[in-house]
Order: sequence, then structure tokens, then C-alpha cells
Amino acid sequence: MKFISEYPEKRIPCYRVLDDEGYPIANSMYEQVNKETAVKMYENMVTLQVLDALFYEAQRQGRISFYLTTTGEEAINIATAAALTPDDVVLPQYREPGILLWRGFTVQEFANQCFGTKHDLGKGRQMPVHYGSEKLNYFTVSSPIATQLPQAAGVAYSLKMDGKRACVVAFAGDGATSEGDFHAGLNFAAVMEAPVMFICRNNGWAISTPISEQFRSDGVVIKGQAYGIRSIRVDGNDALAVYSAIRAAREMVIREQKPILVEALSYRVGHHSTSDDSTKYRPLQEIDHWRTARGPVGRFRKWVQRNEWWTDRDEDEFRGHVRKQVLSAIQAADKMDKPSLTELFSDVYHELPSNLSEQEKSLRETIKRHPQEFPVDVAV
Amino acid sequence: MLGILRQRVACKGNPAPLSLEQGIRVIASKAFSSSAKEMTVREALNSALDEEMSADPKVFIMGEEVGEYQGAYKISKGLLDKYGPERVIDTPITEAGFAGIGVGAAYYGLRPVIEFMTFNFSMQAIDHIINSAAKSNYMSAGQMSVPIVFRGPNGAAAGVGAQHSQCYAAWYGSCPGLKVLAPYSAEDARGLLKAAIRDPDPVVFLENELLYGSSFPVSAEVLDSSFCLPIGKAKIEREGKDVTITCFSRMVDYSLQAAEILAKEGIKAEVINLRSIRPLDRSTINASVRKTNRLVTVEEGYPQHGVGAEICASVLEDSFEYLDAPVERICGADVPMPYAANLERMAVPQVDDIVRAVKRACYRSSSLAATA
Repeated sequence: MKFISEYPEKRIPCYRVLDDEGYPIANSMYEQVNKETAVKMYENMVTLQVLDALFYEAQRQGRISFYLTTTGEEAINIATAAALTPDDVVLPQYREPGILLWRGFTVQEFANQCFGTKHDLGKGRQMPVHYGSEKLNYFTVSSPIATQLPQAAGVAYSLKMDGKRACVVAFAGDGATSEGDFHAGLNFAAVMEAPVMFICRNNGWAISTPISEQFRSDGVVIKGQAYGIRSIRVDGNDALAVYSAIRAAREMVIREQKPILVEALSYRVGHHSTSDDSTKYRPLQEIDHWRTARGPVGRFRKWVQRNEWWTDRDEDEFRGHVRKQVLSAIQAADKMDKPSLTELFSDVYHELPSNLSEQEKSLRETIKRHPQEFPVDVAV
Repeated sequence: MLGILRQRVACKGNPAPLSLEQGIRVIASKAFSSSAKEMTVREALNSALDEEMSADPKVFIMGEEVGEYQGAYKISKGLLDKYGPERVIDTPITEAGFAGIGVGAAYYGLRPVIEFMTFNFSMQAIDHIINSAAKSNYMSAGQMSVPIVFRGPNGAAAGVGAQHSQCYAAWYGSCPGLKVLAPYSAEDARGLLKAAIRDPDPVVFLENELLYGSSFPVSAEVLDSSFCLPIGKAKIEREGKDVTITCFSRMVDYSLQAAEILAKEGIKAEVINLRSIRPLDRSTINASVRKTNRLVTVEEGYPQHGVGAEICASVLEDSFEYLDAPVERICGADVPMPYAANLERMAVPQVDDIVRAVKRACYRSSSLAATA
């Protein structure tokens, strides 16, 4: 009679390519990235950083109601995006706007959603950072945690029937692994043999809950085996490691038509959101350490610069340029008209039902009769 | 004897439904029927699923026991053999899981029909029904539509206690983005399920376990594979001029029985089978109340915030001047369903309750308040 220990003898090792100084680790296998891809990756990571900083500030200034940053997880975002193809369907949680950025979502489009303007692809329906784009194969962000996991298995089931050479990629944080939907999603995907890649951004914190209080297992990677799902643990702050791991995982998912679990270890440098002040529950030095010494952007920059694909001057120019771009997008969005009244009632159903059509008509008439009682920014 | 009487009425072209007396089921005898074929609600649902799956390869069924077991209530009988395991999927026990998977599949273009063994278990999946299905088209600005059907038995069965007997019509009926249907007869079951499957919006389809075995005459039109009923239209099962009774699902049967009894006492009740909880056919209900001037709403569910409450509000808003008497609401008792047979009987509306309510509305007996 032998009990399996609750703790493995050794923790599952973590796949890494670059050390903290950006030097390739000896004997680490990885997929080569050419100059064009590397520079594009680096530029996107910087853009994401700048976007986050300026939108966060905009919320602090009261210009938008809410924001959450991806600070510290730029490598997970961009390297994953670079490793996928545009046909791969992405179901985000909410800390993955980098995927959209890589795929071509413009800075103005991000601003339009956050400000809820009339040009928002989401028609001003959702709170900030709840981006979505059918064109870019990125499902609209939905707030309840982990619901995207069983949904991803369903999308993969449908994709499988299409016979496309593509897979589904579903993101979740460490906190999401506690939800019932995590269990259902992974279990089902395994049973149904659905081509879905589950990527868990283990950034150490679920608002104020550290991972030591979230689960007692050896992180998230070990949970894959419980479902019969192949899994890997990767250094989420190592852009090259993430890139290689996702490329390999994607290949397996599509070729073998089964799910794979990737645990990307990282650190949530920012607060959970603008509604949070994480200095209340974790030490400042810890946050600072991960923002500077262990940050993914700086680490990748060192590697790219050492290859002579990037210079300090490029850095200053690029950051300045992006900053100007984001600021002008914010300015423009702030001044833009909000969506028209029609968008209050449309899309509840596929076709506008008669009761809503009547309500809309009645509302328009009321506004016409009592204009002084309604805000002027409601385009009728 | 009663059965034979009902057969004669059925042959005359009145779709007189057969009630399910505990343990006694009257089955149509072919010798009596003229051209009308009979079909049980179970057969109606099964044939509707079969035909829609045959017509559209994107339609598939998912749920516990739907495949190998032929369906917990045999609604999906024969479909696994006919369409294979890719289109009739047996799931592990996780309502949240398979509801979520169904929604995901619908997001990407398939047309799932998700079965809950009972809608009582749908509560474990309600976040997916409301937050993933109902609201998605709106929240994604039309980019993510959800052509999904959630179906299964709803409401009280017999002797199954509190966690297996709740009626969810009011809960789902309050949610924008959902369509909520409640079939009664075999014709309703066929027509509404087909409409639900073809509809691009998420539909909650509330069946009733005790009605599955009930047999109803069906015309050739109903049997045709293109048959479909409009969503949002109620059906006047029985015309009358003295009082309007609104009901849905099993309560239609009870209301029709009550109407029979009342007719003998000279009260002609108009019985409206709602068929659609959301959208609610306010115009049919109000037109009827304007004709009869009296209203009794009947439902199995809890009284507070119930379907009857919504109908009362609608009638007060649209037809206040036409009411000659206060509206009467007949509902299930405001308690979790007890198991003991005698207590259960007291917790669910009975035909007598409906008869008494109608009489009160018609001033044929004193109001409850007066006798208190």
C-alpha cells in the first residue's frame, strides 16, 4: 500500500532560454527568432507598457472609469501572440491585450473602447479593457472568472469540425484555477480531445490572494496530469522561452488534436486594477524588484541590443513616438461623441424586438419634448 | 368512460388534451380517431430534434445521459444511433462545464441543444446561461451571437422534493437577451422546439416531466418537418367571454379542466396558453382581458416576482379601465416543495383552486379578504 505524496520530491522544472541578464542559457533549446520578429516583439512590448502607463493615468485623472494593466506580463502577451497565427482563436481573461495589439488592434481602437466612444467596436457596451474583435479572432472579454475555459473547449470542438489548421488558446490567471469552470474546462477538453491550449498566467497574485493561499499544489502545471493533459512550465518573463514553448505546444495541439496546458510563471507588477492598492498587502521592495531586475521588457531588450538589432537611440525615439501616439488617441477619444441612442437597444437579440422598438420610439419622443431633462451628449 | 368521452371530443376537431391522472393514462385508440394522429409530447420533442438535426449539420445535442442512455427521460431516444457520438454528446457531470462548452461552440458557429436533467440543476450553470449566453450579443456589439437552446424538464414532478421541483419561468423570464418558451401540447413541443433551434438567440426551453407521456392529436401540418410556431405568440386554447385564465405548461391542462367545470355553472372561461414567457404576448392577454374584464393567472412557480405578477402589471398598465374585478393570482405555495404526498398536493395549484379563483373574480363567491 503506497500513498502518493501530496508534494512531489522535486518541483516541476521551469523552461528558460535567457537568464536574468538576457544571455542565452547554455544548452537551452529554443526556436530562433529573426531580427524582424524580434524587433516587432520588442516594439510591441514597449507599446503595451506605454499604453498601460498612460491609460492608467487617464483613469486616475477621472477620464475613464476603470483600467487594469498588464505590467510585468508583456512577454507572455507578445511572445505568445507572435507564436500563434491569425487563425488561432483567442479567448482571453482580461490581462492579454497584447495579443490584440500584435494582431493589429490600433491604439485608437483601445482608446475608443476605454472611453466608450461611438467608434468603439463594442458600441460602448462594456467597461474599459473589455476589448473584443471578431476580425482579429479575439473573443470579447467577459468579467466572470474562468468562464472562458469550458467555452474554449466548445469553440475547439467546433473548430475541429471545421478541419482548420488552427487551435484555440484560452488564458486564465492563477486565481482562475480555483473556479469550478477550470476543472470542467480542462476535464472536458481532455475527454473530448479538443484542440485547445490553456495558458495559465501564474503571476503570483489574485487581487490580494497570494498563490500560497490559492492552491497547495506545485503550481498549475501539475494539475495538467490530473486531467490527462500534457503540460509545461515556462518562465513567463523570458520572451524567447515563451515564444518557443507556445510554438511547440501549438504544433502538438494541432497535430495530435488534444489539449495542452502551459503555466507561464510571472509577477503582477501593477495593482490588480485601478480599484486596488497592492501596497496594502505586499511589500514595496518586492514589487520594485520584479519591476526592475526581473522585468521581461528589460531582459529582452538586453538580448535584442546585444544582437545589435536595437540601440538606446531607437529606444528613446520609439518610446517618444508611441507616447505621442497614445496621448493623441486618448485626446481624440475624450473629445469623441458617445454612441447614439440606437445602441442602447440594439443587439439584445439578433433582431430588434417590437417592445424595444416601441421603447426606443417613445424615448426619442420624450427627449424631443423635454430636451432640457436629458444630457446633451446622447445622440438621438 | 371519461377516456372515451375525451376521444369523441378529440375526433370532432377540438384538441382536447388528456390529463395525466396519477397512475392512469388514457392512450389514444386508433379505432376511434378519424384523420387526427396522436403523438406524445416525448415523441414530439424527439421528432423535432431529429428533424432539425437532419436539416442542419451544425445542430448537436449535449447533456448527461442523452446518448447511450437514450436520454434521462428518453427525449433523445435513437438519436445517438442515427447521428453518432459527435452530434449526440454524453457529458461528465458538470452543468457549468457543458453549458459553458455549449456557449463556446455557439460562439464559433455551431447550434447546440443543451439538456439539463432538470432545470433545478441549471442553477449550477446559470452564470453561463445569463452572463455567457444571454448578454453576449449585446456586450460584444453583435460580434458574438449565441444560437443555443437550453432545454429540460422544469417545475414540479411528483414526489421529488424541494431541489427537484422549482419552476424557473420567472427567473429566466426576467432576463433580456434570452427567449423563454414553455410548451404544453405535442404541437407546442414540436413547433416551439423547432423555432428555438432555428432562432439565432439563446432560448430557454422549459418542458414538464409529467407532460412527456401525455398524448395529443396532431394535424398533418404539425407533422410536417417544416412546421414551426412563432416565438412570442400565445394560443387561445379555449374561447370564452366571462374571464381570462392565463397559464403555461402543465397548468394549461388544469385550467382547461377548470374551464369545463365552470362551463357547467354558466361561467365561460377563456384559457390562454402562454407558450412564450419571454417575450410575453402582452397583446393577446390584454385583448382577452378587454373582452372578458376579469383575469386569473395560473402558474406552478413561487408567487413573489412570478409570471403572474408580470401579467398583472401588464394588464394594469394597458387595460386598467377594462378590469371589473381585482386580478387573482394562483401560484405554488411560498415554501420549498415538500415531499410528503399530502403536503405536496397542498403546495401546487389544483383544479379546485382555479375554479374558486374564477368564481371570486366573477363575484360568485366572496373574496378571500372578506372571509378573513
